[in-house]
Amino acid sequence: MGTLHTVNKSPFQNQTLLSCLAHVKDGDAVLMIEDGVYGATTGTAVSDALAKISADVSLYVLGPDLAARGIDAGRIAEAVNSVDYEGFVDLAATHDRVHNWL
Amino acid sequence: MSETIKKFLYVNRKAPYGTIYAQESLEVVLIGAAFDQDVSLAFLDDGVFQLTKGQNTKEIGLKNFSATYRALGDYEVTKLYVEKESLEERGLTLDDLQNIEYEDEDDDYAEKPSIRLVTRAEMADVMADQDVVLSF
Repeated sequence: MGTLHTVNKSPFQNQTLLSCLAHVKDGDAVLMIEDGVYGATTGTAVSDALAKISADVSLYVLGPDLAARGIDAGRIAEAVNSVDYEGFVDLAATHDRVHNWL
Repeated sequence: MSETIKKFLYVNRKAPYGTIYAQESLEVVLIGAAFDQDVSLAFLDDGVFQLTKGQNTKEIGLKNFSATYRALGDYEVTKLYVEKESLEERGLTLDDLQNIEYEDEDDDYAEKPSIRLVTRAEMADVMADQDVVLSF
């Protein structure tokens, strides 16, 4: 079912997250990993874009990468679900393909 | 061959010489071409800069690999999707890109354009239609 997109760059460093969001299809999932997790917090320049797309696309963030960067779960946007490594594997296994945006 | 043919898409989003991504992508495409799969290339964001005319790397000490895109047809890599919005955002049109053609063996080896200009929405459809997506 659809594509799992991963984004590993901060949205404040380049346009990768926004480009990804511009190419997703309804029913896809977007998982923010590594420096991509900075995009998952509330009150940022990309918060509106994520909130808007969350109606059609499932949003996830990798918990261990949040913890490593000292980002408290309370700062994660409501539309974004935190997953652990097992959750990452489940997402990869339940989608038709994985698109790693670099 | 009875093996299943899969659809592979190589996604190119980086300009050619600032990082090694573009050249590495091209290397992987050429290697992958030996495996008789259904190969497409996507050029979006700064990836469209890879296809521009007139690249000359003499004075930066790097290999000019831009001519290699014109050889892809010989490896049966004939679908190069270029995103219209990405060109426009960068002040480019198709005229700024190399003329890349392939010989259609099913049509008396007529030369046909490999570049397919697509909108962002069409590019999303191309991406969703693949078995494997490799991003560079």
